[in-house]
Order: sequence, then C-alpha cells, then structure tokens
Amino acid sequence: MVAEIGQFVLILALITAIFQGVFPLIGAAQNSQPMMRFASNAALVQFLAVTAAFICLTVGYVTSDFSILNVANNSHSLKPMLYKISGVWGNHEGSLLLWSLILALFGLAVAVFGRNLPDTLKARVLSIQGLVGVGFLMFILFTSNPFERLDPAPLDGSGLNPLLQDPGLAFHPPFLYLGYVGLSVTFSFAIAALIEGKVDPAWARWVRPWTLAAWGFLTVGIALGSWWAYYELGWGGWWFWDPVENASFMPWLAATALLHSAIVVEKRDALKNWTILLAIIAFSLSLLGTFLVRSGVLNSVHAFASDPARGVFILIFLIVVIGGSLLLYGIRAPQMKGGGLFAPISREGALVLNNLLLSTATATILLGTLYPIFLDAFTGAKVSVGPPYFEATFLPLAIPLVIAMAFGPFLAWKRGDLAGVISRLKFGLFLSLLLVGFIWWQQTDAPVMAFVGMGLFAWLLIGSLLEWSDRIKLFRGPLSSSWRRMKQVPRSAHGMTVAHIGVALVVLGITASETWQTEHLGVMRPGEIVSVGGYDFRFDGAETIAGPNYEAVRGTFLASTGSNKGDYLYPEQRRYTTPPMETTEAAIRPMLSADLYVVIGEEDGTGGYAVRIYHKPFISWIWIGSFVMFFGGALSLSDRRLRLGAPRRTRQQKAVATDLSGVKG
Amino acid sequence: MTSIFRPLALALLLAPFIVLSAASVFIEEKLDDPAQEARAREISGEIRCLVCQNQSILDSNADLAKDLRQIVRERISLGDTDDQVRSYLVERYGDWVLLNPPFKMTTLFLWLGPAAIFLFGAFAMIVFLRNRSRSVEGESTARLSAKEEVEIEQLLKPDKPGKNS
Amino acid sequence: MRFRFLTPVLAFAGIAVVMWYALFNLNPTEIPTELINKPAPEFALEPVPGYGPGLAQSDLATGKVVLLNVFASWCVACMAEHPFFMKLKAQDTVDIYGLNYKDTPDAAAQWLARHGNPYKRTGVDLKGRVGIDFGVYGVPETFVISPDGKILDKIIGPVSEDMFDARIRPLLNGAGS
Repeated sequence: MVAEIGQFVLILALITAIFQGVFPLIGAAQNSQPMMRFASNAALVQFLAVTAAFICLTVGYVTSDFSILNVANNSHSLKPMLYKISGVWGNHEGSLLLWSLILALFGLAVAVFGRNLPDTLKARVLSIQGLVGVGFLMFILFTSNPFERLDPAPLDGSGLNPLLQDPGLAFHPPFLYLGYVGLSVTFSFAIAALIEGKVDPAWARWVRPWTLAAWGFLTVGIALGSWWAYYELGWGGWWFWDPVENASFMPWLAATALLHSAIVVEKRDALKNWTILLAIIAFSLSLLGTFLVRSGVLNSVHAFASDPARGVFILIFLIVVIGGSLLLYGIRAPQMKGGGLFAPISREGALVLNNLLLSTATATILLGTLYPIFLDAFTGAKVSVGPPYFEATFLPLAIPLVIAMAFGPFLAWKRGDLAGVISRLKFGLFLSLLLVGFIWWQQTDAPVMAFVGMGLFAWLLIGSLLEWSDRIKLFRGPLSSSWRRMKQVPRSAHGMTVAHIGVALVVLGITASETWQTEHLGVMRPGEIVSVGGYDFRFDGAETIAGPNYEAVRGTFLASTGSNKGDYLYPEQRRYTTPPMETTEAAIRPMLSADLYVVIGEEDGTGGYAVRIYHKPFISWIWIGSFVMFFGGALSLSDRRLRLGAPRRTRQQKAVATDLSGVKG
Repeated sequence: MTSIFRPLALALLLAPFIVLSAASVFIEEKLDDPAQEARAREISGEIRCLVCQNQSILDSNADLAKDLRQIVRERISLGDTDDQVRSYLVERYGDWVLLNPPFKMTTLFLWLGPAAIFLFGAFAMIVFLRNRSRSVEGESTARLSAKEEVEIEQLLKPDKPGKNS
Repeated sequence: MRFRFLTPVLAFAGIAVVMWYALFNLNPTEIPTELINKPAPEFALEPVPGYGPGLAQSDLATGKVVLLNVFASWCVACMAEHPFFMKLKAQDTVDIYGLNYKDTPDAAAQWLARHGNPYKRTGVDLKGRVGIDFGVYGVPETFVISPDGKILDKIIGPVSEDMFDARIRPLLNGAGS
C-alpha cells in the first residue's frame, strides 16, 4: 500500500512541478499577480508531495517491505536501523528521490525567505526551480521508479553494499546534495535575471546567501566523503582524483569562484555577465556530477547497458538544461552593460584573478575527466588520466591562488595600493620564511613541496590574521576600541577571514601528512613491536568477533610512546554475507599533532597478520580546516544585512552607482 | 571483464563517492632489497588496475593486479629500469595502464590544454582589466581623482568601518 | 563581438555531441589489444589433460585465419559463448584454439567433458603469464589470428553470433579471397 501512495504523491509532485514551472513564468510576463503568487503555493505543495513520497520509501525500508523492488535490492532485515534509513538514499533510485526532496526544499525556502524579492523575480526563480524539478521527477518516474513492486516478494533483501554501511557515508550524500541542489537556486536566479535582462547589486545581494549555503554544504559534503575514504578504504589516502570525486570538486571550485565574483557585482556592479555564466556553470557541473557518473558515459562500467533509456534521458536532460541556459545566456548577455570601473590593482582586480585561477582549475579538471572519452571518440586510443596528471596541473594554479589570497583582502576597492599592502604583509612574509628556514634547518633534504606548502600555510594564516587585526585596529589603540570595532565589522568580513584561515589549515594538513608520513607494512606476529613515527605499536593478537550482519577479524594493538601508557587500537577486517564482501575498518587514533592509523589484513597461515601502520602528522587538519571553512561560510551567512537589510542596502548601492555614472559622464 | 565484476561495479556507482574493492593489506612475497621493493611500489602505484574502478594495482586485491605486481617485481629484479618496466606493461595493455598519461601526440591537448586555457583566460582578463581601468586612467585628472576619493568614501560608508565583506 | 557570448553554448554543444556518440558507441571498459598486426607472443603450453597435443606460438600460424579463445571453467560468461563455438566447430567454419586461463587442469578437463570441446588444441596457462603476454584482462576474450600468426583483432567478452558476423567473418573472408 505504502508503495502505491508513494507512487501517487510522486505523480502529484510532477504535475505540481509542471504547473509551478509554467504558470508563474507566464504570470511574470503578463504581470498577473495571481499567477505569480501561485508559485509559492505550488512550491509548498511540491515539497509536501515529495516529502510524502520520501517518507513512503523510508517506511518501506524501515519495515523491510521486500515487495518493493528497491528495498529488496538494497536492504536486509538484519541491517542496523541507521543503515536501513541511510539505505533509502544509498542506491540510484532513492538518491534521486533525495535530490528531488532537497530541490523541493530549496524551492520552498525561496518561497518563504524570499518575501522581499520583487514579485516577477520571485515568480521566475520559483518557476525555474519547478522546471528543474520536472526533469528530475520525470527521470524518477519513467526510468528509475523506487516504488516498483516485486512479485513474489523475496524472504529477505540482498543487502546494502557494506562499504556504504558507515556513519560517514550515511550523511555524506545528503550534504553533498544540499550543496549540489543549493546551486540550483543560484542557477534559477541567474536564468530569471537573464529573462528579465537585469542584473544589479540587489540581485547579487539576494543570491549571495544561497550561494554561501550551497558552498558550505558542498564543503562539508566533500570533506565527509574524503574522510570516509580515509578511514574506510584502508589505504590511508583521502583523495584519489577519481571521476566521481572530481564531479563533486568541480562544482565546489565553480561555486567558490561564483561566491567571489558575486561580491564584485554586489559592491561594484561589475562582472555581471561573468557571474551569471558562473552561476550557470556551477549548477551545470552539479548536474554533471549527479548524472554523468550514472550515465555510463564517464564511468568505467556500462552500468546501464541493461537500461539505455536512463543514459539517453540523462543526456537529453543535460542538453535541455545546460544547453538551453547557455543559449539563453548567449542571446541575453550582450545586452547587459558592465558597471563600475576599477584599476587592475584593486580588490576587484584581485577577485578577477581569483576567478581566473579557480575557473582554469575547474576547466583543467573537466578536461582531465573528459579527455579519455574525447580521445576514444576521435582516435579510438585509450588513455587513463590519473592522480599524477591532476596534481601536476592543479598545484601550479593552487599555489598562486593561495599567495594571492593573502593580498586580496588588503586591497581597497577601485584602486589598491600594492606597495602599501606589501609593507603591511612584510611581517607575514618574514614569519613564513622563518618557518621555511626552520624546516630546512631541521630537515635539509625535505621535498621542495614541503617548503612551499608550509610557507603557503604560514603566509595565508598570518596574512589573514594581519588583515583582520588591521581591520579592527588591534594594538593601535585601547583594546576596548578594538573590541568595539570587531563587533561593528560585518559578520561577512569575519566569515571571510575564518574561511581563508580554514584554507590555510587544509594546506597545512595536506603538506604535513604528505611529507612526513611514516609507514610500516608487513606481517606481524602477536607480541611483536614495531616503531612508526615515534610510537611503539605492539600487536597483541587477533580474534574473530561477530557483528550484527558480519563477522570480523579484530586485531588489538597498543600504541605508546616512552612517556605514556598508550592507547589500544582495534582494526577490523569485516566479512559481510549479504552481499558477500570484505571491508577494512581502519583503527584510527586522531590527534591534533598526528593520526595513528592501523589496518589489519589477511592471516599468513602461521599466526602472523598482514598489517599496515601509518603515522600521519597533522592530517586531521584537512578536515578541521574544511570545517573551519564551512564555519566561515556560516558566519558570513548569519550577517544580519543579508537577512534583514537587503532592500535598504539596495537603495544606497543604487545611489552610489548613479553618482558614479554621473562622474564618468 | 569477467562477470563477477559487473554487479559489484554497479553497486559501486550508487554512492556519490566511488567505492573500491575493500581489502587493502595483503600478504605477498616482497623483493629482498628494500630499495628495489620501494621502486616496485612506486611503479605499481602508477599502474592502473584493469579490472577495478579507477585504482592502481598497488591498492587492489584483484587477481590480475596481484599478478601484475609480481611482474613489476620480477622485471625490477631482472634489472629493468623503471621505464623498461612501464613499457613492458604498455606493450601488453597500452597507454591505458599508465595513471600518469605519457606526453605524446594523443595527449598533446591534455597536457597543453591547461596552459592554453590559462593563457586564454589571462588574455581575456588583461583585456577586461584594461578596459575597466583605461576609462579610469583616461579620464583621470587631479580633479577627478579627488572626486573619486569622495565616491570611495561613499562606497565605504555603509560598510563602516570595514572596507569589504 | 556579440558572438563571443555564444562560446559557452558552442563548447557545451561540442561536449554534448561527443557524449552522445560515446553513450552509444564507446565502451570505456574495453581496452583494445595493443598487438594488432603483431605476431602472437611466444609461448608453449601443456594441453588440458586429454585434450590435444598442447599449444604453442607456432601452432597459431596455420595458413588460415583461426581463433584463440581464452576460457576457464570458473568463468560464468564463457558458458554464454560455448554453444556457439560448438556450432562453429560442427559447421567447420573456423578452427578455435583454447587457452585455459588460470584454471586447474582437472577442472578444465571436467568442464570440457561436460559441455563439449570446441577446440582444436588447448593449452593450460596455469599462472596466467601467457594471458598477460597477450594482454588478457578478463575471461572470455577471443583473438583472431591471421594465416601467418599475427593478431588481427580481439573480442572482449562472450562472442555472439552477431558479433561473429560483424567482426570475425569479414576477416575470414578477407583471408580467403
């Protein structure tokens, strides 16, 4: 019964989405209030309908209703409840339903929070959201129906891929999708602006919170994904430049560029066309990320050979959405005139440089990801593009980006004073070189990238702190006045500082863990002790234990230094039965200074076990830094001017803009 | 592709991030010379496993990956240079096995593309910046820059005391 | 200069066309053989017990086009092509040689006894080394070998009648004419 209800509300959602996509658009063109107001109601109904469908599927999973094909294929009655629930989106059909749910949620959010939007803009934005929803719901209903029945129902399900039975991965997709789908709002704003033919600072101000939110979720989603890869796959790696990872990294880079270029629109009424294009590209890359890995085009398996309809549908959808919006851009963009003028050395100039580097990085990753297909299509030759390529091409772009990140915030709008900025950054440069010198003194033969990375970390960290203290005039007056200033500085400015510091911490984590990691790989017998990274690891033996739906070999290790008693670590090698598969559960002792990472593997037949032990200095800072970046975004989002003052601010901005044009003429 | 890989790979597609085959520590014979073993690991880390998703043979417990790891060790112990080991594998499986794509005609645009994109972007940026600033410079006289000062003041006012956000 | 705004949509159109082509025509899992028009690698193998005198490189240069099929008793997909190979043998369309890949000789012999032997000669590649020399990365794979022992093509996965007509038969006829 529950499946039929789910099916019904899903169809209801599709019909609502079609109405939501069509009527407000007509209403906005004819300036018909009722038709425009319909948008918000439709968004609410669509959200309720998709939520109901999602609840239906969840009920199917929770009650292990194996008469639903999707449940039977992906769940099992013995699975822990958390994974029964996360199993809802741990498969193709369910994850698309989650996508639609989040899309409808964002649509509703625009309807609710967008009270101060002009009627036509709001109607158009919601209508574009509706049209995107139509595509997704049609894809679900016609090619990937999660409510398909199975008759007769099997006694039990075939289980969820054990690698997905993990708390990190249970929450990774929702965050990632919140990010992907959040960009749909920015996209809808961009398309609406193209239809209206008007982009102004107010538009940028309205778009900013949505971009910030999407960017923040995407940051967390990617961080969770890499954290999961780090502890679940058991190689100690956390980023593999895999097509699937790239598919999430590209929208992130584009969203980061968008975040920065939108500031120029907001403050200076310039870079408008470019910002619109970035908004389209960012969401297009999200769609690519969601779809391409499923279409069979990009991935290494003809996964949907059995159902080519999916691949065809996906491509048509991409062509309509991406091609259509880029075509609209090509037609409408020339009519938009750029606003404010500025010198190359200025805040605007720095943000343009930021955009150049970020979009080149995005394009490079796209090139590397798609190149094998292109080469195959044109010449029939097969190549692989792996991590070495991406590292070789990404780093040369990332390094100048980080260097410029310390400069940018110091530069004044319109015309900056580079010499002045350099003199204010002298201290940062000095400390960075001091750190590099110290490392060189400690370890003359360290790899070059170690010096570069640590130097960049110090440079960006100190540069950001200097700029922040400059802003609140720290130590240049009584502390109380600095405190007062700090409270007066808009939260979005603090947010920027925090986010940039987050980047510095990520740089620290990557550099230190790549450079100073130590590893032991070999067979250990009970009682044996090996020393890795200053810790003694004693292997106390292994035993077989039973989990709820798996059996595991669990090793016991004691990691200690001379000065402490030590910590026990329990790595596991799990063997799941449905589906039959082995997984590695690394035992990790995370610390701020380093992670201890132990993996246990096969037994050698004589009581010894294959063991891999890592000591990874500062690696936690990759995820701490990511979270700090997210926090920076959240802080910026909490800026009250974004929530309350938008209309008032708009008028002031406009006044300034008018004055400027007066001066110019 | 043997049929056992397919359902697995299909299941893998469903996670937004790729899921790879799991066991990551194996027991196998190593070369006695640690320097040679380190070379073998280095090379294996950049040879793509043929029957896995994007994964090197170093990280895979697939049968074929094990065999290829052993071959890499064998070639090294026979005195092959790193390049010779790689070309031994390329002769059999093609450039596809190299995770680090070689620089040649077929990969020309792959390797030069990023630089081309950057230069194109940089060119567009310079043209754009010159357009933006020429008007500033062109009309800038002492009188105007004084006016500009005022405008900058105005611009900053709403943001007081910070100058950005 | 208005047209520069159309660059993005044109670039995307290019990508979309290639994607469309790739979806229908390319298979990213197939890694074609590097050995096209090169002589088959050198090898000499023992037969599956009871099935012929063994298989070596020199046996492949027969003066006519032949097939070298990589098979194993543990290979599920091999069962899909096996009946077709039996038919080819019955019709005497082409000689097929069997390379038994990473199998045990007994299991292979049992498999051939149970399902029938389509092969003219068989060779046991216990450790899979010959397979690697041939660039085999999965079972089944089928090589088309020219009259002078060169590799003309490789079919990855089970050979179906359609695939045979499309890719192998022209090679047979080409050598005949």
